[in-house]
Amino acid sequence: MVRMEYEVIICFETHVELKTETKLFCDCRVDYGSPPNTHICPVCTGQPGSLPVLNKKAVEYAVKAGLALDCDINRLSKFARKNYFYPDLPKGYQISQFELPFCENGHMEITGDDGSPYDVGIRRIHLEEDAGKMVHSSGSLESSSYSIVDYNRSSIPLLEIVADHTKNPLRSVNEAMNYLEKLRQTLRYIDISDCLMEKGQLRCDVNVSIRRKGSESFGDRVEIKNMSSFRFIAHALEYEIDRQTDIMESGGEIHQETRLFDEAKKITVPMRSKEDAPDYRYFPDPDLLEVEIDQEFLQRIEDSMPELPDQKIRRVRETYGIPQKDALIIARTREISDYFENCALSCDDSAKLATWIIKDLFRLLNESSLDIKSCPVPPQNFSRLINILAQGVITESAGRTVLDEMFRNGGRPDEIVERMGLKAIQDMESLGKMVSEVIDAHPEVAGRIRQGRQEPINFLVGQIMKKTRGKADARKLRKLLREALLLDE
Amino acid sequence: MTASELLRMLKKGSVNSVEILRSVLKRTQERETSLNCFITRTGKTALDQAEEADSRIRQAGDIPLLNGIPVAVKDNLCTRGIRTTCGSKILYNYIPPYNATCVEKIFDQGAIMVGKTNLDEFGMGSSTENSAFGPTRNPLNPEFVAGGSSGGSAAAVASGETILALGTDTGGSIRLPAAFCGIVGIKPTYGRVSRYGLVSYASSLDQVGALGRSVEDCGLVLNAVCGKDPRDSTSVELERPGFLDSIEKGVRGVRIGLPKEYFVEGMNSGVRDNILRAVEGLEREGARIIDISLPHTKYAISSYYLIATAEASSNLARYDGVKYGFRAGGETSDLLEMYEATRSEGFGSEVKRRIILGSYVLSAGYYDAYYIKAQETRRLINNDFERAFEKVDCLITPVSPFLPFRLGEKIEEPLQMYLVDIYTVSVNLCGLPGMSINCGKSEGLPVGFQIIGRPFDENMVLRVGRAHEIISKANASAEV
Repeated sequence: MVRMEYEVIICFETHVELKTETKLFCDCRVDYGSPPNTHICPVCTGQPGSLPVLNKKAVEYAVKAGLALDCDINRLSKFARKNYFYPDLPKGYQISQFELPFCENGHMEITGDDGSPYDVGIRRIHLEEDAGKMVHSSGSLESSSYSIVDYNRSSIPLLEIVADHTKNPLRSVNEAMNYLEKLRQTLRYIDISDCLMEKGQLRCDVNVSIRRKGSESFGDRVEIKNMSSFRFIAHALEYEIDRQTDIMESGGEIHQETRLFDEAKKITVPMRSKEDAPDYRYFPDPDLLEVEIDQEFLQRIEDSMPELPDQKIRRVRETYGIPQKDALIIARTREISDYFENCALSCDDSAKLATWIIKDLFRLLNESSLDIKSCPVPPQNFSRLINILAQGVITESAGRTVLDEMFRNGGRPDEIVERMGLKAIQDMESLGKMVSEVIDAHPEVAGRIRQGRQEPINFLVGQIMKKTRGKADARKLRKLLREALLLDE
Repeated sequence: MTASELLRMLKKGSVNSVEILRSVLKRTQERETSLNCFITRTGKTALDQAEEADSRIRQAGDIPLLNGIPVAVKDNLCTRGIRTTCGSKILYNYIPPYNATCVEKIFDQGAIMVGKTNLDEFGMGSSTENSAFGPTRNPLNPEFVAGGSSGGSAAAVASGETILALGTDTGGSIRLPAAFCGIVGIKPTYGRVSRYGLVSYASSLDQVGALGRSVEDCGLVLNAVCGKDPRDSTSVELERPGFLDSIEKGVRGVRIGLPKEYFVEGMNSGVRDNILRAVEGLEREGARIIDISLPHTKYAISSYYLIATAEASSNLARYDGVKYGFRAGGETSDLLEMYEATRSEGFGSEVKRRIILGSYVLSAGYYDAYYIKAQETRRLINNDFERAFEKVDCLITPVSPFLPFRLGEKIEEPLQMYLVDIYTVSVNLCGLPGMSINCGKSEGLPVGFQIIGRPFDENMVLRVGRAHEIISKANASAEV
């Protein structure tokens, strides 16, 4: 943890692979599972004489991201070449953007460490092409006797989202993680990337600097690369903040440098210093025209923008009267909220619906490693279940039995209730009889309750439930037990 | 004989394509050893294509534009299955998996490819001496250079080793060798011909064009190769005119500008006299000759070399020994050593000079002073032309201040060599159409002049060139 007298500044550069059908500058398919070098052509392998042609869909996705993150959309945008040598970069330069990226000056609201909303600045969003993938004969390029390159990934569109370290930067590991979660959620909402980190669809570099509280200027920033999961990012940040704090404490100086995260040791190690930073010799790519975003194009994208996470959370909370904490979960993905809202169409008790999705349906989905898109219970059946629960036709415990049955074997709730005889025992007479029986059978427990203890009531309820296979109405049982044992007098 | 004449004979049946091919192959056999026009000859493919062309004529359907005509293709234009070296060791074994769009188009029009022609490595040079495959010599006098960088194409046309040729022009690379070899060469407006498959030297300046023995032949090739290509974003969507439609209209009333900055002290007097004589001829035919000024001309060469080298430094980065072509460095060398060895041994010295210069132009701290400044200058030069074209329909200038020079004469002095292109580079900087056409000889060596047109007005250029051709009937130097 950062010590009290220091402030931390964290700034992400996030790369996201867009799920366009074809690559950024050629017609090759964007495909993750194929054998190496099966989706390649003269353009994406940098054959002499080949030329890039821009995929308009990728521009549309970039603008979508810009709108979602409240950016200014530049009406005139340019591609530039970033020149450097590496075997996975077939042209010896990456087509990226430098001046005039598609989007600038945005922001994204997260929950700050004090619990209140915090609007993190987004400096720019630009489009660029991905490089190929190196496969080494052993761990690294240096230690390998040979390395081979798969160009399937070469020229897949990447969106780089650069946070703004001058406008409401992230101030802790916790905020950093909130930022990443929210960014991933938003990008998934607008459906431009699956953001699966394990597939390399979302990659982050992060800049960290610290300063003494009250100091005007920041120390030199350190960039960390090579983190392949959110968990590793958190580890890297924690390590790096500690490392920099220690240097400050011992009177040392932090120098601008790039460090790599070592997954095994969970530390960061030096990669290159500022002096070794490459000069990428950016210049406008003469093979591509400047891109003009006209009003019609922009309008069409604006019109197609889906509801964003914050809007959805608010609407779900207000429309369905569910608590904020449930709304956050229901709106976590579009798929969850779609399921919820499809159920809600015919559901009488939205709050119960939310609770049952969050507790019971998620449990079943987790157990069978399914996501909600492949949930075997159709929304109308789920909402019917909630309705009969709300009406007291079945008890909560019987409800879980019905849900289990629907989940595993299908069927409609009414039919299952009928077939399994799960209708709740509601009439006071039968329930009263059960209560006297259970008191008689457990005199000691009853005695303790009479002395003022509360918890044993649950034991007696449990006994009845066991006998009735969960069909007795627990609330009514409790009431009857209290009456019988004179608790409420 | 010209392609146009041969096409008429082919259609009449007085000659067939295989016969034409045999005659150019025979000429090649006689002269190639001394001239070195070709890096790769494709006689076998050519014979197949000639037979197909003849069968198309026998079937008497629609005869495509270049049916049965031998065409030589500059070796920086990609040809599927046929090696494309760019005159460089670094691509000595490179076999492209695809055809350049312009190559595809001449094939579609029934052309016969006789071979891949020699050039200055990646188009960088003005004499075709900077080739890893040896220099090309001037067919009119093998002691002299053929000009460059499309020297192989120009010499092959002039010597009769081909009828037509495709060339490329980044700073004069079609027009200069056409002038030095006494033939016609045209660089169309930037965007007219797809650059897809043209191995980039300087992307914003490169353009594919034609070399032939007559103005009509050049127009014929343009008819075959021009047009928007979805694979080249910088190619232009415009209705393509018939490039031969107005060729015979003459020059009566045509306003021809003579920029004073292009006729200065120090230029070869033979060159100047021949050009002014050609201009007088056009004036006699009714053209109006108007003195004009292009005041920023003096910045053209420096602007050109800053922009061209900057783009080249990036365009040539892909030749790294990883994917194709030459690779140096043993099994034991690490990545950086492999890169260094490959590029040190694979590129010739002129190419390395330009890569280093261009990397410097783009580097942090110098970019504004060089690259941005050069782009600003480029705009000023372009404004000069725009103003001039308010007053005139085309411009006539020298192609080069020099006559063809001897092999080795300038190769040790890069700056002298750069000045050879002083009158041609502006046309590339501004993307204008420019044609070079012969106007006689001086000291026994051919002199060419340049006709520069408005953007996309190749027809005016061709029309003035054709008028000159009729006047001078000076195309006797390179008959089959």
